[in-house]
This record gives sequence, structure tokens and C-alpha cells, in this order.
Amino acid sequence: MPFALLKYGLNGDFPFEKDADLPPPTSLKKRYDVVIIGGGGHGVATAYYLAKYHGITNVAVLEKGYLGGGNTARNTAVIRSNYLTSDGVKFYSESVKLFQDLSNEFDFNIMYSKRGQLTLAHTDAAIRGFRQRTEVNKHFGGKTELIGPQEIRELVPTLNMNPGHQPVLAGLWHMDGATARHDAVAWGYAKGATQRGVELHQLTEVTDVLVEEGAVKGVKVRQGSAEHTIECGVAVQAVAGHSSLVAEKAGFRLPIVTYPLQAMVTQPVKPFLDPLVSSPAFHCYVQQTGRGELVFGGGSDPYPLYNSRSTLELKEQLLAHAVELFPFMANLKLMRQWTGLTDMTSDYSPIMGESPVKNYYLDAGWGTWGFKSTPICGQTMAELVATGKTPALIKPFGADRFNDFRQVNEMGATAASH
Amino acid sequence: MKLMTCPLNGLRNINEFIFGGEVTPLPALEAPDQEWAEHTFYSYNGTGVVREWWYHSASGYWFVAERDRTSDQIIKTYDPSELASEISTPAFGMGESSAEVTS
Repeated sequence: MPFALLKYGLNGDFPFEKDADLPPPTSLKKRYDVVIIGGGGHGVATAYYLAKYHGITNVAVLEKGYLGGGNTARNTAVIRSNYLTSDGVKFYSESVKLFQDLSNEFDFNIMYSKRGQLTLAHTDAAIRGFRQRTEVNKHFGGKTELIGPQEIRELVPTLNMNPGHQPVLAGLWHMDGATARHDAVAWGYAKGATQRGVELHQLTEVTDVLVEEGAVKGVKVRQGSAEHTIECGVAVQAVAGHSSLVAEKAGFRLPIVTYPLQAMVTQPVKPFLDPLVSSPAFHCYVQQTGRGELVFGGGSDPYPLYNSRSTLELKEQLLAHAVELFPFMANLKLMRQWTGLTDMTSDYSPIMGESPVKNYYLDAGWGTWGFKSTPICGQTMAELVATGKTPALIKPFGADRFNDFRQVNEMGATAASH
Repeated sequence: MKLMTCPLNGLRNINEFIFGGEVTPLPALEAPDQEWAEHTFYSYNGTGVVREWWYHSASGYWFVAERDRTSDQIIKTYDPSELASEISTPAFGMGESSAEVTS
């Protein structure tokens, strides 16, 4: 309304300042009960649940860049729980459930959209793998079934059923598959956490972790040219893509190798693709966003690197496969591409829980599966921080599993890489 | 297109090569589990130049590359025999160490 606008223009009391989602920055305190290194989805989710369920609000989330600007903004926003192991399915199913109600909980729209996810089998071996995943899902909480070519045609009429001499034989149809706006998930958690008293410090880089007698005592941070030392009771590192580098500051190594992952998006077209479609044999997954763009992703790059550069090799491979699955896409133009850093573990499962340093907890090894676990990881990590006891749901994912060769093998359940 | 110099075959497309992990000495066969776990899972994952195993898949040839893990620059590549003394491992089942690298 023009008069309302004039009123606000004249009285200087701008409505957006009162209603801002995040409070203005404050100076760092000398001590916090909990310091969370990394202001991505996982870090702010942990802070949110600490404040909401455990009443712990003397918490600082320290973010080197800006809120949700790392891998939270670089993933392809897939939510699913059709994993291979019972431990994996139980964990990710809880996350899928939490996602469904997040918009209401935040009073902030995360654009959650349940589409279903379809994984394609091009070989008998893949069908046997899908059969196993269907059974495991049925028993541990995922809604998944094995479907044939006719049902696939009905779900995705535009799919080429005979791509590159590898006909589509069957599909793993995961009804819980969904997508959401990844930035909004981080914003919603940050909003809810800061409303409850958590401090979010952006442009605040942790330069060192202070450890005394085997326990974490604080962190050194840099804000612009200013250096500060903060004491803390507990620290959590949630820095996907940089887990090994931050752990090194705390004085230990992680069973992680860091690879870039490149993804890209086309110009927008009319809606034609409802489910998220992936093909492990073609190292490729495709989904259409609410705006009509097609998002493509593949496996991680073939060798480790700390660099978000783009390569022609990956574009050629990924797009050749995508065009085989959806031939008409050959006429579309790519709008942009980007790269995230994936902290891969050798069993394709995350690392959550205790570290060699007392009171220093790990939320790491999120490879290509971090976004979908944001709510449940935040909730269980918060419980761990508050109680000092590892919740049963994440017990199988401790870093110590690598010391006694007890991996949780999810290699066969990634969307695009084997 | 990114190229890599194979010590055996010369300059080739990077797609012909497979990354094989950091070059570290193999523990003794009877070494404790912890040592094997460290060797298997806890290789260096930092920045800077790292000495790595690479494999030229077309010719089945393993070699060593020194590569910058931040800039992706390949500094140099060479035959593993140049590292023989550093990566030598105790001969399996022999109970005594051997200075030779089996090829």
C-alpha cells in the first residue's frame, strides 16, 4: 500500500529490522559452554536442538564464510533413506521424517517437496542389490519397492528405456524421496537457534583448537585482522569438505579422503520430471527443480583435491550419460556449474561421535550424503553434546569403527558412484 | 583436457590413469591391527604436495606422482624403483626384511 510505504519511509522504523530472521552480529564472548565449528546446516541444526531440547543456549556457531555457504549450498538437495544397511536405513529414515515437518516447525518455508526417487537397474546384479535394499528398507523404516519397466514408463514417460546398450530392467522406487531448498534448511535452523539465544558468528575462522591434557579447552579464531581466543566446555566440528584440515588443528587424523564433486544445472523448461531419477551404472542423477531447471550430479571426482575447479572431462562424461537417459536434453543449455568438496570415508558412511580429544565431537565424513541427514544429525549430535552419551542411532558411525575394521558399508547405496 | 606424463608411455589423457593413494611403507604382516588400520584408512589428507601411487590402466603400469592437492598441479612422475629404499617392506612370510621392492 502506498500510504503504508510512506509511513515507514518517514518514521525510520523499518519493519524488516524488527522482523529480521537473524539478529545483528555481536562481539564474541570469552567463554561458551559449546562452540560449534562450522555454520552450515549441520552446525546450526545441532545448535538449534541443543537450545530447543536441552536448554543449552550459551552456544557459539563459528562460520569461516557465511551461513550455509559451504557444502550446504553445493549439494543437490536430495532427501532419501533407501540405503543398504540396517544402521543406515534407521538413521536416514528418521531424517526423512523430520524433514516432512520442518517448515511448520520453523514457521519458515523450506520448500520441501515429496517427489519419490527412482534408481535404475541396468543389470541383473543391480536388480539383486535393489531386492536386498527393498527388504532392508521394509524392515527398518524406508518406503521402497522394486518396480518393472511398465511402472517406470508411467512414472517417467520421457525416460529412454534403452540407453547406450544398457536397457532399463527395473527400478528401485523410493516413495519417501524428496527435495527441499537447502539454503532454507540452514536459514530455518539458524533462525530458530538464534531466537533461543545461540550466537551465530559469520566471517569467523577457527585457526587453532586448544587442547590441554587430552581435552579441548577452547579455540583461536580470526575475524578479519583481529585474533581472539575463546574458551569452551565442548566443541563440535561440523565442517564438511574440510574435516581433515580442522581435525589436524585438534591434533589427529581422520579416516577421510577429500574429493571434489561437480554438479550443474540447465536452463528452465516446463515441468516434465516429477521423481528424482538416478542411475548408478551411468554415474548420474537428474532432478527438475520447482523453477524448471534440471539439476545434474554424478560421483565425486576420480582423485582427491582441495579445489572447486571445473573440468571438461567430468562435464563430458556426466552429460553424455544424462543425454542417453533423457535424449531431448541434448538441446538444453547449461546455466551454471559448481563444485563442492566431499569428505569420503571408505565405507560411504558418516563419522559421528567422539574423537581422540575429550569433549571434542565429530560430525564429519559426510561425503555425498550430508544434506539429507541434516535434521537427524543435528538432533543426535545435540543429544551427544548435552548428555555426553552417544545415542544408539549414531553409535555404529563412530570414527573408532575404522580401528577395528567394523565398517558400515553403504557403497552400493550411493546414487551415482561405485 | 588434463594430461599426465606417464614415466612409461609419455603424455596421456588423465582419464587413462587411476589414483592409488598416498605412497607409504607397508606395515609388517604381523604388525598389530592398529598399525594396519592406520595404513589402510588414515593416509594423509591435507593440502600441499603429496607423493601418490598412480596406475596407467591401458598398460597396467604403477608409478609415483608428486601432485599438489590444492592446485592440482602434477609436479613430477617417476618409476617406483626410484623410491625403492624408502618404500621397501618386510618380505611376507620370510620373517626378515628385504631391501628389494617386488615389482
